[in-house]
Amino acid sequence: MSFDDWILAFHLISAVALIAAVTMFSVTIAAVWRSDDPAAVTSFMRVGLVGNILVTIGSLGTIIFGVWLAISLDAYQLWDGWVIAAIILWFVAIGVGKQAGDGYRATSEMAAQLDSSGSPRSPELAAAMGVTRAFWMHCISTLLIFLILVDMIWKPGA
Amino acid sequence: MIALLASIRPDSWNFPLFLHVGGAAVFFGAVTISAVTQLTAARVPEPDLLRRVAFRTLLIVGLPAFIIFRGAAEWIRSKEFPGDADDPTWLGIGYIISDLGALIFLIALILAGISVRKRKGWLTQTSGVLSVILLVALLIATWAMAAKPT
Repeated sequence: MSFDDWILAFHLISAVALIAAVTMFSVTIAAVWRSDDPAAVTSFMRVGLVGNILVTIGSLGTIIFGVWLAISLDAYQLWDGWVIAAIILWFVAIGVGKQAGDGYRATSEMAAQLDSSGSPRSPELAAAMGVTRAFWMHCISTLLIFLILVDMIWKPGA
Repeated sequence: MIALLASIRPDSWNFPLFLHVGGAAVFFGAVTISAVTQLTAARVPEPDLLRRVAFRTLLIVGLPAFIIFRGAAEWIRSKEFPGDADDPTWLGIGYIISDLGALIFLIALILAGISVRKRKGWLTQTSGVLSVILLVALLIATWAMAAKPT
């Protein structure tokens, strides 16, 4: 096995981590959809924590090892159209995903405060766990990561 | 070598490869959420909710994702290695892990389902530990599929 084979393996493992994180966030959003129960929402905080670790590993790993491969391998160049497209999509997806994460982090903190103050139900929490800006940001980042995977597999123009 | 092979990969391999990689990644996510929810269920205000989510995620997300990624694996294998030729080492690793992984997954799924009804902590914990074992196996399989050790 060459050094590039190892880099490709890390690149693919990072991609799996990134898609897995998106899957985890989607399942979590669905599980507490429009929930007005602070205890239910706070029960998923550890899931969110693991998701954040996976998304950090996945996002940094895909870009670092991906750029490394594009420079190292003779078959590909950093200025190939599909590589540039992937890099642009990556930056937009991570930026949009961060906004979704910030929104849900604020909601999670609100749920933790309500839970510690003993509130059994909260209409504000239910609204924050429904169709919000953070929800749409999550949908857009999911779509962009899907497009990155399509770009990586089909390599248009290569 | 990998770069050369990747650059000459026929277009007809792309869709099964997409299903294989995408399905495997979604399966990894489903098993991860199952592991985390079941191993933390005893320490949260709503343990029953987490048990239900673990089971439903394995059933509704994990099982279809496994079928898609395993079916797509066979599809792309039939294109890449047609006939009765011997499988390369990396493909053998993938087969062993996916077959053993299917067994571990089914046991984890059944235990998760029973623990939703019986509410027994050890069932939930066992299913969570099996999910962690499955995650480690999936990482090894992903490494083998990408690095293709001989």
